[in-house]
Amino acid sequence: MTQYETVIGLEVHAQLQTQSKLFCGCGTVFGRAANTQTCPVCLGLPGTLPVLNRTAVEMAVRTGLALSCTIRTPNRFARKNYFYPDLPKGYQISQYEAPICEHGTLDVTVGATANRIRIRRAHLEGAGTPLLEIVTEPDMRSSDEVVAYLKGLRDVLVYLGVCDGNMEQGSLRCEPNVSLRPVGQQQFGTKVELKNINSFKFVKEAIEYEVKRQTKVLSEGGTIQQETRLWDADRGMTATMRSKEEAHDYRYFPDPDLVPVEIPAEWIAEIRRTLPELPAARVKRFVADFGLPEYDAGVLTSSKAVADYFESCVALFPQPKTVSNWVMGELLRELNTSGTDVAASPVTPERLVSLLKLVEAGTVSLKVARDLFPEFYASGKPAEQLVQEKGLTQVSDESALGVLIDEALAKNPAQVAQFKEGKQQVVGFLVGQIMKASGGKANPGKVNELLKRKLGG
Amino acid sequence: MSLHKLTLHELQQKFTAGEVSAAEIVRAYFLRINQVEPKVRAYVTTLKESAAADAGVLDEKLKSWRKTAPLMAMPLAVKDNICTDQVRTSCSSRMLEQFVPPYDATVMAKLRANGALLLGKTNLDEFAMGSSTENSAFGPSRNPWNLAHVPGGSSGGSAAAVAADECAAALGSDTGGSIRQPAAFCGVVGLKPTYGRLSRYGLVAFASSLDQIGPITKCVTDAALMMNVLAGHDERDSTSANVAVPDYLRALKKKDVKKLRFGVPREYFAEGLDPEVEQAVRAAIGEWKTLGGEIKEISLPRTDAAVATYYLIATAEASSNLARYDGVKYGLRSKQAVNLADMYLKTRQEGFGSEVKRRIMLGTYALSAGYYDAYYGKAQAVRTLIKQDFDAAFKEVDLIVTPVTPTPAFKLGEKLQDPLQMYLSDIYTISVNLAGLPAISVPCGFSAAGLPIGVQLIGRVFEEETILRAAHAYEQATDWRTKKAVVRA
Repeated sequence: MTQYETVIGLEVHAQLQTQSKLFCGCGTVFGRAANTQTCPVCLGLPGTLPVLNRTAVEMAVRTGLALSCTIRTPNRFARKNYFYPDLPKGYQISQYEAPICEHGTLDVTVGATANRIRIRRAHLEGAGTPLLEIVTEPDMRSSDEVVAYLKGLRDVLVYLGVCDGNMEQGSLRCEPNVSLRPVGQQQFGTKVELKNINSFKFVKEAIEYEVKRQTKVLSEGGTIQQETRLWDADRGMTATMRSKEEAHDYRYFPDPDLVPVEIPAEWIAEIRRTLPELPAARVKRFVADFGLPEYDAGVLTSSKAVADYFESCVALFPQPKTVSNWVMGELLRELNTSGTDVAASPVTPERLVSLLKLVEAGTVSLKVARDLFPEFYASGKPAEQLVQEKGLTQVSDESALGVLIDEALAKNPAQVAQFKEGKQQVVGFLVGQIMKASGGKANPGKVNELLKRKLGG
Repeated sequence: MSLHKLTLHELQQKFTAGEVSAAEIVRAYFLRINQVEPKVRAYVTTLKESAAADAGVLDEKLKSWRKTAPLMAMPLAVKDNICTDQVRTSCSSRMLEQFVPPYDATVMAKLRANGALLLGKTNLDEFAMGSSTENSAFGPSRNPWNLAHVPGGSSGGSAAAVAADECAAALGSDTGGSIRQPAAFCGVVGLKPTYGRLSRYGLVAFASSLDQIGPITKCVTDAALMMNVLAGHDERDSTSANVAVPDYLRALKKKDVKKLRFGVPREYFAEGLDPEVEQAVRAAIGEWKTLGGEIKEISLPRTDAAVATYYLIATAEASSNLARYDGVKYGLRSKQAVNLADMYLKTRQEGFGSEVKRRIMLGTYALSAGYYDAYYGKAQAVRTLIKQDFDAAFKEVDLIVTPVTPTPAFKLGEKLQDPLQMYLSDIYTISVNLAGLPAISVPCGFSAAGLPIGVQLIGRVFEEETILRAAHAYEQATDWRTKKAVVRA
């Protein structure tokens, strides 16, 4: 039986986080009342003209540079003509022959295999909220690779602050073009475009369904029709939306209302200078410079703000793994629970470090500090004050600990006897009892040391 | 005192001197409109009440506030494809018969800010597509010099209103000659500025890369006066030029044309040019020579390709520009439709006239997959060549003189059944739009039948001053402007 190779290219639409629409000054806030963010221009009233949003251009350039694209100057806008009830002018302003970004790449890793996905172009379009459409070459060979690419791309976009990356709300949409060809064949098979996919899970499912469907058709001697198919998440399948014959002739032509967009080299240089370090590079640096495990580096860099927070802490308290544990554990838990952005965290890097310093100095035990964190987070009080108020200062005083130890030994004669018979493990049990009796305040190291001395002596 | 007979700058002087009030001006003009409008039919909307009210407010203000603006109390008309806030802007189309814009075009806002009074909106060929106003859904306007003849188009209503003294000056728009041709037919001055000199914001688009608003006036001085108000960059129009605006009235101070070189393109004096028109234009060229100009024969070799090029580019852009009239949000919506596709079809079937439909069809075809390169793409390439012709010519000369039209105004109905003949009436004006150049039409005589003839001066981009200076010198040296149209009752 013929073995088929899957070939996938991807079109991604990213909604840019500009304050205003692509061609007028109206706002783009999600969920506002109808007609409160409109004007004659975006309503397409007769006589109105579009004016290009400079921020959208800057965001496109930033994205293009992050994806190693060539920035085309001048680039220009074209009209894509078709009738649709929500299309006020009967055409969409897009870019066709001269897109703003071309010839980029994004590296993805699936398992142990790294692959470089070529980006054919990225161009601006849209009647309201600006969209950047990022189109790859047909370089992907599996649904996993598509998901890896999509996640990588989303991380870049979010890092750059150009898109919130939310697939469910439609800020990031993807349309895979899927085709099969016999293994070893150079020529591409007939492609099918998939639409209506709004989560990473569905990307994978839709592609896998489509690959199965096409494999079946080909194996039975049939041919694939070039068409657009819609993903039906409820039924877990794709269905024909429109065939090639029904496809629009968009009659693209340069939009005479907009002048070619010149992007001066100085502007490109300026944007390049202010590009943030991208997620992939940051992971590498966190592993190399801080000695963090890959996992930690991945979690910390999944958000630029979290990574920045982490680095601020490390600058004040140069124990990266300790900081990583606290940020990934206590901090993110509280932030997630309260739905707070890390930038607005009541526990600033300075406050977190003040707590870590108390642990390091032995003023409080690690356990107490962890237990205390929710209150520390919620109250906003300085760490020292909170510890004092709650009477949680760690007890290291030998005479005070001696009393606790004696009580414990008196209460647990059986364990003491076992120790004497050579069972070293009961030390742990006894330390636990003493810690409990102290309300967690006893210095565990000191307890261990004193206990062994008493038992041994 | 016949206020309506005055030119714009004469009326302005009278008003500034306090000899006449704004209310008197409006009264005088509506008296005139009542007299001649039933014959001329220049307007699709008259605004007697709002103009009178605006005049009253202005007079009241001026009692305590002696501020002057260039167009204070000046009674103007505006072509009905230029948006006017709260005043219907129909484009002389059934499609927009009920359309009332919620905003002013930038030029309209400038007129208002300079004190102008809007008397009404003038008739045009539907969506500015035509050369006679016969394509208006509301019926044609008439040529004030002979009511059996067309006033030209598409700004025929504006030209007729100026020629019949139904306003002191008017705005038109020019995509392939739509200001200059009716100005020539009606014996008035029409200036098509450089593409980008005026904002197009609020001009209902026909062909965006060719459209340009401009003044239609009784004399050259008035054109300069209007340009002083209208010209300039507008951040709402990306294609408007950020080029300094000179004082156009200053350009008129030179009364001669010494040191100016006038090019006479031989291709514009070839077959098809009416001998009466040729004679009048050659006489005007002689006058410029007398005034100290240097006359040179030149060549614009791609002239014969202009009409074909124009009708591909203009219709292609129009097919897209007019897509928004789909019955969804404003304008006509067919009552016969049963579903969405049907609504599109029937709305456009009922809303557009035959010439508009013809051009949408042509343009859609020119942009279609498989035909784009052969038609639209080729036309763009030829457009560049036509531009290069002018660039080369302007190395030799400062101005180019040509006829405006092959013939004087033709009769109503004469060319209606023959679109190609109608298209050819724009043969001398179209290249100017393709090249984005400024050009003026100035009266230069009359046919034996008493119909006006115009001469065209074409200048380099943003050199409206040179055009106005030469046109003004000629106008002052001749007395064509003293002859007025007599509208026969």
